[in-house]
Amino acid sequence: MAAPFSQTRESPMSSKPEQRPNLYALTWRLPIIFWQLIFFVGPVLFMVAMSFFLVKNYRMTEAFEFVNWSRMLTRGFFWDSYWYTLFIATVSTICAMCIAFPAAFTLAFRASEATRRWAIFLLIIPFFTSYLVRTFSWFVILSESGVVNAVLGYVGLGPYTMLNTHFGTLVGYMTLTLPLVVILQTVTMSNIDKNLIEAAHNLGCSPLRTIWQVIIPLSKTGLIIAAIFCFILSFGDFVAPFYLGGSQEPTLPILILDTTKSGQQWPRAAVVAIMMMVTLFAIAFTGIALAYRKGKGAK
Amino acid sequence: MYKPTVTSSLLGLNRRQLLKVGGAAVLTTPFVSRAWAATTEINMLAWYGHGEADVVAEYEAANNVKFVPKYYAGGDNMLALIAQSPPGTYDLILSDAEFVQQLNAAGYIEEMNPADYPLDDMLHEDFSQFPGHWADGKMYSMILRGGHLGVSYNKNSVTAEEAESYACFWKPELQGKVGHFDWHLPTLGQMSLYDGNGADLWNLNDDQWAKVQETTMNLRPQVGGFFDYGGTFNGLKNGEMQAMVGIGDWITGVLEKDGAPVASVIPKEGGIQFTESYSIGKGSEKAEEAKKFIQYMMSPAGQVKSAQMAAYPGFCVTNAGRAALIEADMAEATRSHQIDGDPQDPITLIKEGRIHYRDIPQQQSLEDWNDFWSEYKSA
Repeated sequence: MAAPFSQTRESPMSSKPEQRPNLYALTWRLPIIFWQLIFFVGPVLFMVAMSFFLVKNYRMTEAFEFVNWSRMLTRGFFWDSYWYTLFIATVSTICAMCIAFPAAFTLAFRASEATRRWAIFLLIIPFFTSYLVRTFSWFVILSESGVVNAVLGYVGLGPYTMLNTHFGTLVGYMTLTLPLVVILQTVTMSNIDKNLIEAAHNLGCSPLRTIWQVIIPLSKTGLIIAAIFCFILSFGDFVAPFYLGGSQEPTLPILILDTTKSGQQWPRAAVVAIMMMVTLFAIAFTGIALAYRKGKGAK
Repeated sequence: MYKPTVTSSLLGLNRRQLLKVGGAAVLTTPFVSRAWAATTEINMLAWYGHGEADVVAEYEAANNVKFVPKYYAGGDNMLALIAQSPPGTYDLILSDAEFVQQLNAAGYIEEMNPADYPLDDMLHEDFSQFPGHWADGKMYSMILRGGHLGVSYNKNSVTAEEAESYACFWKPELQGKVGHFDWHLPTLGQMSLYDGNGADLWNLNDDQWAKVQETTMNLRPQVGGFFDYGGTFNGLKNGEMQAMVGIGDWITGVLEKDGAPVASVIPKEGGIQFTESYSIGKGSEKAEEAKKFIQYMMSPAGQVKSAQMAAYPGFCVTNAGRAALIEADMAEATRSHQIDGDPQDPITLIKEGRIHYRDIPQQQSLEDWNDFWSEYKSA
């Protein structure tokens, strides 16, 4: 008869070494924990609480009412904005990933180490200037009397309306996200073992098939992370849809502004913001799970 | 034996002299600081432009005061800023007239003495007792300036005759070229006028409100964008927008001076007047200085400054102010029709009943109007 497990004695050899709290390591971790608590968890909790507050005489008063939630979530304009924001951010992500891929591929596999370094440095430079300023510069380029239409005019085309359209919004999103996506894709693909690509060639794999069956699967994690960043930035951006898209149709960040402008309805704006956060959490979580999921046959 | 004097290289002073000068400087510093501190700071809450140098610099220099402006965009925003600040934060509050009643009801502004201001020199009798500025026979705000909202258009694509009606916004050639200033109140007010509501444009019953919504929705296919102050300027200037709903000379006037082929007119259905007024903040410790500045802005010199304000023009409200503007800047007086006998003279338009003072909805809430505005934008 087996001895009851309570009486089982582990041999000293099999026991794990005693885990002592490493105060030194903990000390280094504390700042980031405090940072997250103060600047992320705290404000998010306050925002959730605020969504139940009421506004009286342009002043928020503490309450626990669901009126803001019911008022926003039952309105057609909220869902119109929601689905449009989701759609345009998805299109932006697809565009950025497709435009960035050839550039990143060239930098990762065709360019020299020095060229790649310079290219990444040049891709970082746009972040030195204000995104708003970069957005405004598109006015000169995209307007009907702008540079693009002037060039098209020489070959008898146009003028085309590009500002205050979905195209304008997408141009703004690309301004914001494309450099980052190219950098992330380049860094990811640069880390692929070149021997695997050569092996594919030696085994008769066509270049296109090598991309699909070797390079993309091997850089899956980095590509998905790049796509997630692109989606998050586009989904939450106010500047491009407002200034280059002319607020047609309003995205959720524009709806937040509209809601606060009239009657200072910060609680209702909080409802929109929470819906945005929940959506982004779901998408980011799904994306990351997908990025780190092991493929068939993986050990 | 020669003993060299230890000197400082500074101005050739020896050490003892330098110490004396330095000591004197240190000891007098508090008095110098106090002299600087004597400049009185006046906290102003206003639309952009009212605290800028082109308006206040002369007054500041002459009166040893310094304006510290806090700018807002929209009456709601203004009320929220006051509501969230301790009493006495703002000495001077520039408000759209329709929000003065709410300022007063919330106890944010001081009573003013009518005798301190030129109420007997107003260009229109309404200005002496402007709606909402008085309560129980007491005055709480002083009208400073105004401007009219009508049809704003590019002269190259809309004729003056077409601009005589809001119907021009539906012109097929303007599809995608009609812009909106992104605020529901002026646009819906204009649509209400187009629907024939006249003086009752803000006092709409359910049927009238439904009709205004329907009319506005019909305009949606024509609309090329919704813009803030800067976007409205850009849209008209670069030709992306050929007509604008909800604005007037306060935008096109600036562009017109810059040579752009744009103009604003009051159509036959009528226009809307925005009115800006000064109040003194409740609990202000500088109420006297604030009153003095309001008196300056109501003087002929102040009225000229207001009419010429770089950010956006507004018309004079006093006879003396208009006369001073004509004398100082005939070109601006002519451009803005501030000439007796001009058919587009803002005062004549009010007297003819073609202008209605901007107000807030009477039978619906501001939220109802704003919700519809959001629906309209996403349509």
